[in-house]
Amino acid sequence: MSILVIAEHDNHTLNTATLHVVTAAQKIGGDITLLVAGENVQTVAEQASQVAGIAKVLVADHAVYAHQLAENVAELVASLTGYTHILAASTTTGKNVLPRAAALLDVSMVTDIIAVDAPNVFKRPIYAGNAIATVQSDESIVLGTVRTTAFDAVSAQGGTASIENTDEVKDAGVSSFISEAIVKTERPELAGAKVVVSGGRGVGSAENYHKILDPLADKLGAAQGASRAAVDAGYVPNDMQVGQTGKVVAPELYIAVGISGAIQHLAGMKDSKVIVAINKDEDAPINAVADYWLTGDLNEIVPELVSKI
Amino acid sequence: MKALVAVKRVVDANVKVRVKPDNSGVDLTNVKMSINPFCEIAVEEAIRLKEKGIISEIVVVSVGPKEAQEQLRSSMALGADRAILVETNEEVGALEVSKILKGVVEQEQPQVVLLGKQAIDDDSNQVGQMLAALLGAGQATFASEIVIADGKAQVKREIDGGLQTIELTLPAIVTADLRLNEPRYAKLPDIMKAKKKPLDVKAPSDYGVATGTKLKTIKVEAPAERQAGIKVSSVDELVAKLKEVKVI
Repeated sequence: MSILVIAEHDNHTLNTATLHVVTAAQKIGGDITLLVAGENVQTVAEQASQVAGIAKVLVADHAVYAHQLAENVAELVASLTGYTHILAASTTTGKNVLPRAAALLDVSMVTDIIAVDAPNVFKRPIYAGNAIATVQSDESIVLGTVRTTAFDAVSAQGGTASIENTDEVKDAGVSSFISEAIVKTERPELAGAKVVVSGGRGVGSAENYHKILDPLADKLGAAQGASRAAVDAGYVPNDMQVGQTGKVVAPELYIAVGISGAIQHLAGMKDSKVIVAINKDEDAPINAVADYWLTGDLNEIVPELVSKI
Repeated sequence: MKALVAVKRVVDANVKVRVKPDNSGVDLTNVKMSINPFCEIAVEEAIRLKEKGIISEIVVVSVGPKEAQEQLRSSMALGADRAILVETNEEVGALEVSKILKGVVEQEQPQVVLLGKQAIDDDSNQVGQMLAALLGAGQATFASEIVIADGKAQVKREIDGGLQTIELTLPAIVTADLRLNEPRYAKLPDIMKAKKKPLDVKAPSDYGVATGTKLKTIKVEAPAERQAGIKVSSVDELVAKLKEVKVI
């Protein structure tokens, strides 16, 4: 078995999502190659070469890959032969690129792998996580995206992989990058955080979201999330949305404040180790998945909680 | 300019699905079915582009059972001009659906193809990307804003860290994210009018595509149930419990 893992990065830093995908690749077994496609990615390549469990780093450094446009990267991935498996993280980048590469290779693809049963048999959630399907790929090459929260990360240190460059330059010429607006934050990244504090419609306003939840997140060193209702109401930007249509998280501790717990939200957080719900509604669906739930006014409970932890 | 919109009939988003006792799949008998919410947003966007005078004709297409006609009719009630149903009762994988849609695109020659970013039943998030690959066209996935002008589409995409804007040469494939728009409701007179709009029925073989998939579902299980939780009565009790399980 020979596995290609597409590294997730921003041209400067290797994203930790990749470390989780490597674990999934190790469960399949075989030689693992990390593909770093981007522009001026020497530092990323060096970081990639130190990742534990990697045999080789393949670097495609060219302006056409600068913003990892799906058209160009998918053509590059499809041109790299000799691999039995091609994996990427189930991030927006992985989901954008990998199905395109699969179609170019004329093979089916597995989305959101949460367990490896055999080299070609995987588990994946369907129906917003309300059912788990076991699927078998009968394709000559197995392509899949990996749900990072379902696998531990390998160590980012200790590896001694060789770095090899590829001269493949694939420019489909049908798309171009215009601009990017990245939300800056001092807090840990939502998808990888150990503690997540989320607010829903119940927090009432953008002002109140920050007034109530910022001190709690600060105290716990937590990432902040939100339900779709809170995002749609404009309390916080949409990249903070937890759910089927947003990010899937599985932290040690998830605190849901003023969130009722719609199916679509639960799909994004119900694999958290410990769930705490703080809600004024006794019958909120979130209470059914919460380990501990407290009914009352979040405006009183949360500040009290901050003062006592 | 013509737009093609692909829609899927799926179990309604508010239904709590149940896994069949024999683990062969999810029980869909007597369950409410609807148009996939992301497809609805794609239809709405096409209608808005038509209202702006950018698009002149909207064709909706679905691959699925005879009953998917309902979802095509409701799309026409919202404002689509005509519909194509590629009828099949067989399982059709994402790659095979993409191949069928490729056939429809080649026949219809739209300048823009709109799809939802994912169907809420299989949660695959693949068809738009695969269709774009098969056509050699540009793709804008997870779109939250679309501007079409001068033979190009400028699309704002929702990415993990925020938003990204890309430009595509037409014809292009765009998949809709939830925030792209708020779909409208159909009015009764429009529902009546939609019954008279043309709906062509085709078969996958008309496009030279065999149904099926090489991604076989071996079994479907209910997810592990979470243990029933404890209602705590005070913040002190909550803090004590969290310390007990060592998460704070």
